[in-house]
Amino acid sequence: MSSRPAGPPRVYGLLAEFERPEELVAAARRAREAGYRKLDAYTPFPIHGLSDALGFRGTKLPLVVLVGGLLGCATALGMQWFSATIHYPLNVGGRPLASWPSFIPITFELTVLFASVFAVLGMLGMNGLPMPYHPVFNAPRFAFASRDRFFLCIEARDPMFEKGGTREFLSGLGAREVVEVEE
Amino acid sequence: MSQAVKRGRGGPPVIEPGHTYASVTDKISSIVLSRRTPMFWLLGFFVSFVLTMVLLGAISYLFAKGVGIWGVNQPVGWGFAIINFVWWIGIGHAGTLISAILLLLRQEWRTSINRFAEAMTLFAVACAALFPVLHLGRPWLAYWLLPYPNTMALWPQWRSPLVWDVFAVSTYASVSFLFWFVGLIPDLATLRDRAKRKGFQIFYGMLAMGWRGSALHWYRYETAYLLLAGLATPLVISVHTVVSFDFTIGIIPGWHSTIFPPYFVAGAIYAGFAMVLLLAIPLRKVYGLEDFITMRHLQNMAKILLATGLIVGYGYVIEAFMAWYSANPYEGYMIANRMRGPYAPIYWSLMLCNLATPQLLWLKRVRSSPPALFGIAVVVSIGMWLERFVIVVTSLHRDFLPSSWGMYYPTIWDWATFVGTIGLFLALLFLFIRFLPMISIFEMRTLVPEAGAVGMQPVPEHSVAGEEG
Repeated sequence: MSSRPAGPPRVYGLLAEFERPEELVAAARRAREAGYRKLDAYTPFPIHGLSDALGFRGTKLPLVVLVGGLLGCATALGMQWFSATIHYPLNVGGRPLASWPSFIPITFELTVLFASVFAVLGMLGMNGLPMPYHPVFNAPRFAFASRDRFFLCIEARDPMFEKGGTREFLSGLGAREVVEVEE
Repeated sequence: MSQAVKRGRGGPPVIEPGHTYASVTDKISSIVLSRRTPMFWLLGFFVSFVLTMVLLGAISYLFAKGVGIWGVNQPVGWGFAIINFVWWIGIGHAGTLISAILLLLRQEWRTSINRFAEAMTLFAVACAALFPVLHLGRPWLAYWLLPYPNTMALWPQWRSPLVWDVFAVSTYASVSFLFWFVGLIPDLATLRDRAKRKGFQIFYGMLAMGWRGSALHWYRYETAYLLLAGLATPLVISVHTVVSFDFTIGIIPGWHSTIFPPYFVAGAIYAGFAMVLLLAIPLRKVYGLEDFITMRHLQNMAKILLATGLIVGYGYVIEAFMAWYSANPYEGYMIANRMRGPYAPIYWSLMLCNLATPQLLWLKRVRSSPPALFGIAVVVSIGMWLERFVIVVTSLHRDFLPSSWGMYYPTIWDWATFVGTIGLFLALLFLFIRFLPMISIFEMRTLVPEAGAVGMQPVPEHSVAGEEG
């Protein structure tokens, strides 16, 4: 931020506002067909088919959760086995030290705990949250993205981005309004 | 979605007609942001705050004097602390059940009740977790329950169900919190964008962590939410199972039984739904939320109450049958003592509350009447508490040796602690209603008719993301 040179603010992208989710999905699809690649949409609730229209292909999150679960499982079993057989063996009525059936409840609980924590932190981390500042918040009507409006943003770093042409393109998609978002 | 709509044909709708994205957003966020705090809230918060102070007083006196101020003794070493622990934990089961299991089963009517049911879960678990710690005798050593490197080179006893319980309850509390908070993030962003006062903007802004509703974020969000639901589902079942292990791993007559885990889990859901009804009925009235928490919700919850009530009733019957069929003299005496011994009035009140009263729910007229449902919910909550009293006290007070039999009577401090936790629970709930959206706003948006047109139709290759809403 501090290194930003004085002068007119740089443009982050163009933000088009739509009133209905189906218009947004159609617009996103058309923009992608037109060759735009640096796209994002902002909506008040998840809209199915939108991530497809924007060209997102899956997420690695389930893998992160799987790793978390396995890690929790290994931690719990390892801890119980180590303490019961090596670090503090306790002979209770001649029963086996590695009495694994009684290790199951804690193993299950820690598997779920680790997997859940990985799911939440993984989701936040991949989404780059917490992120206190983001350029789109500069758009005057952006607060409606958490109420009843649907926004499509074509970012300036897109190779096809060109202020006048892109603005015209977005207006042609039936946007209610197109605004320039400052960095 | 279309399937659920079809199923709703004939009955009341899950959301009253005429709502839009904007009206849903504004109505729910106005409760927190702009509407005047109703008298009901002030009065309710005052009463529950006073009761919370009673709890603090009772705990302070306990810390000064020790567990001798309670009615626990030999042979009944468990008393109110464990009764209340199991009762509260049971109540805490409905929230995650509604959020997770009903989500996986695509029951979209869960949407308007899941948020406050989850909050209720958290507060109930907080109340529950107090009791075992207070019951320790030396509560300042509670951290000994956790495995940590210590100079004594000691470890918890992994073969003990009480240690399993520590892990089960703390995992349940953590995962319920995560589930609740993840659900809140988009709504916190809504409140941040709607708030007029600087302080609220900062407060909600920090909690929302910069959520901006990006399509890519929503995609990962839904994946995470669905995975959490999948993880929480077996967790809900496991927690009360492990609580039942506290009893059933022991060889006390009346406890050592394989019916306990399923019967405890059903009892937990039963108690939990009773509490959700108990809270939902006054809340929808006071805050005018009849459009969102419709008769459909109350009727569906009543049906779940009836179904789980029947499972619990089956548990009672099987307990008595097995006591006879096993031909074990101690088991036989246990059930005879329950039915005819000094605590018989409590046993028969329990049967009246939990077995007889819910049968009224077979009648559609009862299921459609909020006051009747409220009454039944109160009776069931009392019944579930009595059930835990019967399980804990009647089994312990007369076990194998008649020479060591005794009686258990709670003291004023037992009652003060119990009533105090009810106060704490309600106080936390009132604060939640005041400062956080009690209905999930973004999920309600997906239920309005304009979203039904196109927004939420699941795309085939995206079946995973199609669960939300």
